[in-house]
Amino acid sequence: MHIGVLAVQGSFSLHVSMFKSIGVEPVMVRRSTDLKRLDGIVIPGGESTAFQIIMNCDDLGANLLNAIRAGMPAWGTCAGAIILGKGLGNPQPRWELIDVEVVRNAYGRQVDSFVTSLNINGFDKDFDGVFIRAPLFQNAGKDVKILSLYNNTPVMVKQDNILLTSFHPELTSDFRVHKLFLDELVSK
Amino acid sequence: MKNTSLPKPEAGKDSFLLKVGLAEMLKGGVIMDVTNAEQAKIAEDAGGVAVMALERVPADIRKEGGVARMASIRVIEEIMKTVSIPVMAKVRIGHFLEAQVLQELGVDYIDESEVLTPADEANHVYKHDFRVPFVCGCTCLDEALRRIGEGAAMMRTKGEAGTGNVVEAVRHMRRVHSEIRNLTLMRKDELMAEAKRMGAPFEIVVKVAETGKLPVPNFAAGGIATPADAALMMSLGAESVFVGSGIFKSEDPERRAHAIVRATTHYEDASEVLNASRELGEAMPGLEISQIPDEQLLQTRGW
Repeated sequence: MHIGVLAVQGSFSLHVSMFKSIGVEPVMVRRSTDLKRLDGIVIPGGESTAFQIIMNCDDLGANLLNAIRAGMPAWGTCAGAIILGKGLGNPQPRWELIDVEVVRNAYGRQVDSFVTSLNINGFDKDFDGVFIRAPLFQNAGKDVKILSLYNNTPVMVKQDNILLTSFHPELTSDFRVHKLFLDELVSK
Repeated sequence: MKNTSLPKPEAGKDSFLLKVGLAEMLKGGVIMDVTNAEQAKIAEDAGGVAVMALERVPADIRKEGGVARMASIRVIEEIMKTVSIPVMAKVRIGHFLEAQVLQELGVDYIDESEVLTPADEANHVYKHDFRVPFVCGCTCLDEALRRIGEGAAMMRTKGEAGTGNVVEAVRHMRRVHSEIRNLTLMRKDELMAEAKRMGAPFEIVVKVAETGKLPVPNFAAGGIATPADAALMMSLGAESVFVGSGIFKSEDPERRAHAIVRATTHYEDASEVLNASRELGEAMPGLEISQIPDEQLLQTRGW
């Protein structure tokens, strides 16, 4: 299985370690040539404006967007969710690959960052959700499956080949969301 | 321990995870010094991952002298309103009141920085008591471990700020890494003596010896002026770079900022660093370290 982790900036090395711990050796994606033969891609946490500007230095952004549009499974954590979702505000344009609005920094600044126990669909035990300057998911369309809620607001959503989490599983040592991405989106 | 004059202890059990977590999000990126909202916008549009708000860039502090303090609240607020990336700001070493003020204001990271005039020659801020994370400078491993012991969630080299000369940042980064390597070679029963010699907290010394790395992200700062400087620091083990005077003291800040961002992402690919280095205009003027009188060196502030 060939999994890519977008590595232009952000928490990519933590995602790489998580995948290694479940026996998958991921590719760090910095150029279009790194996209060849990928079965899925993770867009990590980081700064979504920086991701977009760096990806648009060359054709990486356009090629990655086309690959996901053509069906490549993609999981965005925090900044990655901002890139993949819909919505106004920096950065623009959003890729709109899933029918949910993602509002950047909507939970506040760093002093408002928090950790909370999340109940995730299909997990028998709670998951530690680490929210850092997290984006808010709102106005999810009818085809969007909500996998977890915090304060009645979706924090983990899925539609077709796209998975979004507004929290950071890569900051924990709990690899269940990484496994869910592989089992339910990539191997499907 | 008497604690009445220290900040409100609001930091919970997950506090350190959240503090280091934000540093993790900034990895592989460029944090840029800015003195107003207009510069902050340029930094964000160039792909910077955060901005550092300060009153004067280090090159001007060096030139003009006087006491350098925390930036004005009005300027920091304008910058926070203007950009969507995290906003950091500097406080004087040991000035925990400036730090409390910045926490109230809601800045995302505080740099307890030797670039400003120290407020306390003996003590640094006790950073565990804050909800807002801190970054501190270091010249060597024992200094880094003391700051981490006080609660710093990110380290950076001190380098020699405001010189456009990367030599000190290189020295500090190499020194930290070589001292970490030496620790990993020691027997367990030698670590207490080593902690005593270093003047560093034993538990953190043991952790570094076991893992072979700092328990917090380690970034580069001080004298970085070109895309190749940034790529050099990343190749020496920096996880991100701070660029101070190097951008807004150069001829074409927009292009240089963008080029340094690109070179930081692609530091392992010389052809990309070459592309980033083309047609940049003049870099900031550089200063030879040996020409700076000892009492004007910034890296010797703090301990």
